[in-house]
Amino acid sequence: MVQYSPAHFSASFAALSDVTRRGVLEQLARADASITDLADKFGMTLTGMKKHVGILEEAGLVTTEKVGRVRTCKLGSCRLEEEAAWIERYHQLWAARFDELDTVVDELKRKEKASGRKKRI
Amino acid sequence: MTRTVNGPARMVFEAWTKPELFQRWWIPKSMGVTIVSCEMDVRVGGGYRLMLRHGASEPMAFFGKYLEVVPNSRLVWSNDESPDGAVTTVTFEEKAGKTRVVLSELYPSKEALEANGGGIMPEQFDQLDDLLVSLGAATSTP
Repeated sequence: MVQYSPAHFSASFAALSDVTRRGVLEQLARADASITDLADKFGMTLTGMKKHVGILEEAGLVTTEKVGRVRTCKLGSCRLEEEAAWIERYHQLWAARFDELDTVVDELKRKEKASGRKKRI
Repeated sequence: MTRTVNGPARMVFEAWTKPELFQRWWIPKSMGVTIVSCEMDVRVGGGYRLMLRHGASEPMAFFGKYLEVVPNSRLVWSNDESPDGAVTTVTFEEKAGKTRVVLSELYPSKEALEANGGGIMPEQFDQLDDLLVSLGAATSTP
């Protein structure tokens, strides 16, 4: 289990900020694959794919194992649970904010209506 | 983050840019945090400063600058209390008396900022969307 730390968060969110790396994660969720398989699948050079896998590995999202000449990649122990919990808290904060914003806007509307009536009289 | 507010965009914008209104909703009561002070100079390059206190602890300052101000339509500000703080963008889109509010916080790389002359690229919004989608997908994997 990867421990929570701000540095780990930065590494995992940075790792997820690239479309190829997200694709690699989706691919590995379906089945383990070698770097060569992944490079073929995403139309990249081996060197390019190695770099992406390296970033995912540092974030704990992927682990690799070399057997003979083949390096096999699989999903790592970081299941993004801490990240998901962080996002959930963020959503809750915003939901609470917007609920109170509704109240403020309702009040502005009532005030405007009241002053509008006054002007017409 | 997207939410529809039952009121015209000019009112939502007002609630976002007048300190006396902003203070009433930005820190939900459930957080147990009190607002010590709130200053907002809502114009491009203008600053804001929000002081919050949690219990008996020392007040914490949140501050930054407004990078874009388009009345009733768009606000962009920086969060400068931490060195790699996010840039927050909020847009207000009115339809039939209701306002769709779309908010995103981005931690742009220096390279991306420089390449774009300091602004935010639309692709980054898509990236944030993708990120949230893939996070959902990844966590549901057993």
